[in-house]
Amino acid sequence: MTYQEKKSIVSIISSIVIFISYCLFMYPRYPGVDAESSEVFHYWGSFVLFLTLFSIIAHIIISIIFNIVFRMTTKEKEPGFADELDKLIDLKANRISFFVFIIGFVFAMGSLVFYQPSHVMFIILIASGFISDVTGSVTKLYHYRRGV
Amino acid sequence: MGKNLVGNHIRKLRFNHDEMTQQQLADKVGVTRQTIVALEKGNYSPSLELAFRIARAFNLPLEEVFFYGDLKND
Repeated sequence: MTYQEKKSIVSIISSIVIFISYCLFMYPRYPGVDAESSEVFHYWGSFVLFLTLFSIIAHIIISIIFNIVFRMTTKEKEPGFADELDKLIDLKANRISFFVFIIGFVFAMGSLVFYQPSHVMFIILIASGFISDVTGSVTKLYHYRRGV
Repeated sequence: MGKNLVGNHIRKLRFNHDEMTQQQLADKVGVTRQTIVALEKGNYSPSLELAFRIARAFNLPLEEVFFYGDLKND
């Protein structure tokens, strides 16, 4: 298995672990007040903001650890640049990831149209962000294994 | 994903050029080893620029390295 394939697998697993652990951390902190109060919106706002920050930092740390482990186990240096194949696969992964997120966004707005509570909209929005991230990594793995 | 119609003789040519490794060829043409692996497996059709760089690395014209159609790969 090549560096890029291993990296995609690590990215999928880390995205799932980060998201689940963050949700488990934040779930008990949901304010038990009126669903439309400003405290609830504050909760969802901080949920999204800190998830983004936490996710970026965790991904950087995991990426550094992965590179160290890769060098130690394979005695190979990881590629220091992205060539045309990497860029093409990145582009395809980003396109699919973006498409998945847009579908989620439309569903989130649809929930408001059908008078669903605001937390439904936020949950759909956050879930679509997570699914789009995983879909992007799965797409990369698929193209690295099966070709473009 | 189906195999590409653009095939190549890279593996055979590497062997004929003092058993050049995939990494050596990758370094010569400025791509990662993964891309050479994908090319040899027929999983990727290179850009025209990369195709020329590979042909130049072997000192051969383009059509002696790459072919179009269902010619059997090495």
